[in-house]
Amino acid sequence: MIITVKINGKTYKDEVAPDTVLLDYLRSHGCYSVKRGCETSNCGLCTVHMDSKPVLSCSVLAVRADGQEITTLEGLQKEAEEFGAFLADEGGEQCGFCSPGFIMNVLAMVKELKNPTDEEIKKYLEGNLCRCTGYQSQMRAVKKYLDFKQKEEQK
Amino acid sequence: MFKAQNYAKVTSLTEALELNKKRTNKVLGGGCWMKMGKKNINTLIDLSGLGLDKITETDDEIIIGSLVTLRDIETSPVIEKNFGNFFKDAFTHIVGVQFRNCATIGGSVFSRFGFSDIVTSLIVLDTKIELAGGETVSMEEYSERDYDNDIVVNIHIKKGGRKAAYESFRNTQTDIPVLNCSLAYDGKKLYAAVGARPMRGKVSTMDCPDVENSEEVFKFFEKIQAETEFGTNTRASKEYRKHLSLVLLKRVYKKLVCKEGDAK
Repeated sequence: MIITVKINGKTYKDEVAPDTVLLDYLRSHGCYSVKRGCETSNCGLCTVHMDSKPVLSCSVLAVRADGQEITTLEGLQKEAEEFGAFLADEGGEQCGFCSPGFIMNVLAMVKELKNPTDEEIKKYLEGNLCRCTGYQSQMRAVKKYLDFKQKEEQK
Repeated sequence: MFKAQNYAKVTSLTEALELNKKRTNKVLGGGCWMKMGKKNINTLIDLSGLGLDKITETDDEIIIGSLVTLRDIETSPVIEKNFGNFFKDAFTHIVGVQFRNCATIGGSVFSRFGFSDIVTSLIVLDTKIELAGGETVSMEEYSERDYDNDIVVNIHIKKGGRKAAYESFRNTQTDIPVLNCSLAYDGKKLYAAVGARPMRGKVSTMDCPDVENSEEVFKFFEKIQAETEFGTNTRASKEYRKHLSLVLLKRVYKKLVCKEGDAK
């Protein structure tokens, strides 16, 4: 099956097998931020945006990405760096393995939710597992980042 | 991960039904569950070209296409207007936002998992499942059926009839539920379902002219607890589930009766 996919702004046309998952397809195009964590659709590590929505690239078949726009962390360098600094400042970045998927979901949340409460933040991000921290540092980073973005908008 | 030789993005339901007659061909939902298996699939049947990813509202019902994702339902203003927070409460604990952006309602309805929050929620509303073969059956009846090669096309939920509330219990957030339960009221009858027992949700009904008569309602709940079959798995024992069923039924009742606006 031939698919046409836009990855981080660049269009690709490729022949893919019906059982190729989006994750492997993206990695074959050099998107190494997209990682396989659990293999059970659970950990959120493989999160990418498909038409602006966060999805698990380990569960979406590459054929389903035909005609869609995919964004990975490689395509959001500026935003990732900005939020990454907050994450590092709060000690939320430890082994770093879960960070790409987590950052992708935070960036999706910022777009989707307006002034989320703590509870809403937790609900949105609970599909991203981290085995180093206790999520407190991430929570602080997310809240400080949201404050920063809000102040930036008001300027 | 499953293996698949061919891929067919069908252009009609007739084509899908024809392909699905072959046992080694499989209809693709969101793929979240299918990927956990190791099946050797001949042809993957993809319905995504049939426009089944929409939620539509008519005068008397809500029609949800089988490829609508769980997240679409959770965030849909039409669903919220008609059912309040009912579906949000039922779906919000299922893994995470990214998972629910992938998993489809049709896939969940067809699979009728023993841990399903989807079956337990749909079953207490007036829900009908439209199948590609031409049949339309109630969720209750569909839930009892064996797996066959028919295809879920749309889910029809009647509007305005029942007010409903949902509760589930999990050992840890985002895990599969230990037990879930839903309760609906249409002014005359109460409809209660207890699922993830770990078996599919089943509906029990009670004539109930006065829903605020908690004494009568609790007797009904005790009867459900006594008559329902519970099972043991890695998450909980049947004794624990049995005990929990009454707790959850009382909680969901409180939610339904006391909190206006939670479910319309």
